[in-house]
Amino acid sequence: MLVSLYRYNPETDSAPYMQDVEVEIPEGRDLMVLDVLSMLKERDPSVAYRRSCREGVCGSDGMNMNGRNGLACITPVSDVLKNNKLVLRPLPGLPVIRDLVVDMNIFYRQYESIKPYLINNSPEPAIERLQSPEDREKLDGLYECILCACCSTACPSFWWNPDKFVGPAGLLQAYRFLADSRDTAQDERLSDLDDPFSVFRCRGIMNCVSVCPKGLNPTRAIGHIRNLLLQRAT
Amino acid sequence: MAVDSVTNLGRSGVYDWMVQRVSAYVLALYTLFLFGFMLTTDVDYEAWAGLFSQTWFRMFSLGTLLALGGHAWVGLWTVSTDYIKATLPRFLVQAACGTVMFVYVVWGIQILWGL
Repeated sequence: MLVSLYRYNPETDSAPYMQDVEVEIPEGRDLMVLDVLSMLKERDPSVAYRRSCREGVCGSDGMNMNGRNGLACITPVSDVLKNNKLVLRPLPGLPVIRDLVVDMNIFYRQYESIKPYLINNSPEPAIERLQSPEDREKLDGLYECILCACCSTACPSFWWNPDKFVGPAGLLQAYRFLADSRDTAQDERLSDLDDPFSVFRCRGIMNCVSVCPKGLNPTRAIGHIRNLLLQRAT
Repeated sequence: MAVDSVTNLGRSGVYDWMVQRVSAYVLALYTLFLFGFMLTTDVDYEAWAGLFSQTWFRMFSLGTLLALGGHAWVGLWTVSTDYIKATLPRFLVQAACGTVMFVYVVWGIQILWGL
């Protein structure tokens, strides 16, 4: 198998380049893409990538594998291999720090902008704020996001306007708090989103849905936000 | 953090979004009507002039023209803010689009009412 790896070290390289490496996969076995990266790093310790839990929980190793964003640790090589070739690139649209490591500041800034925490200024009950099982169910499919950035960096609207469009990951979390029965700031949250960019730059192409490693649906959440904005305004 | 913008149609995302959707329905309705008219009528000068002499159809046409203007403004504003990052060229493109739409609307009124 031929692995084509995106390499860039700003201290020594004037421009990024693709490095081709031949890798032998043991007969009859399938590996995760992260395993292949570990093999490459054993040979050449200068290869840089992020990883932590290696089981799809932490969201550190989001990258572009043969043109498709995903988590290297839970993506079998056989799923993405084309013509016995594996092309590994950093997540698109974010500044590259080194090799597969990207600067995720702008992504986190958008996440921060939607106030990803419960806002409720009423006096706290002695134990906890209760929620009915039905209300709790409304958060399913929203709270599971691990902020790996696979969706936002697969979104052309986020590529063109990462400073103004919140992006699918941020909007999924925005809806997670809009849908929370314990949150009392729905109106302020909606006011923050009712401009031509934050939500409405979404053109509904659903790249986010097709790449989400957790099988979540940001496009649906964005549709719910749009409906809330519409209901509030009409 | 809400994003400020003064060049989009309604200063609000949800307003622009609704203009885009409603105008799309108007445009679709007008197109379907014209297709239907052409399929069911032997279109000659008389039939065409007869259709456009009726006030309801002039209103329908003017409404469609306004819908086209709004629809095109929201769409082209989006395209220009996606792809033209430098402010001056973007503003010039938007101004050109706005001028063309304004001309079309005024010209359309002139044609419809035979002024």
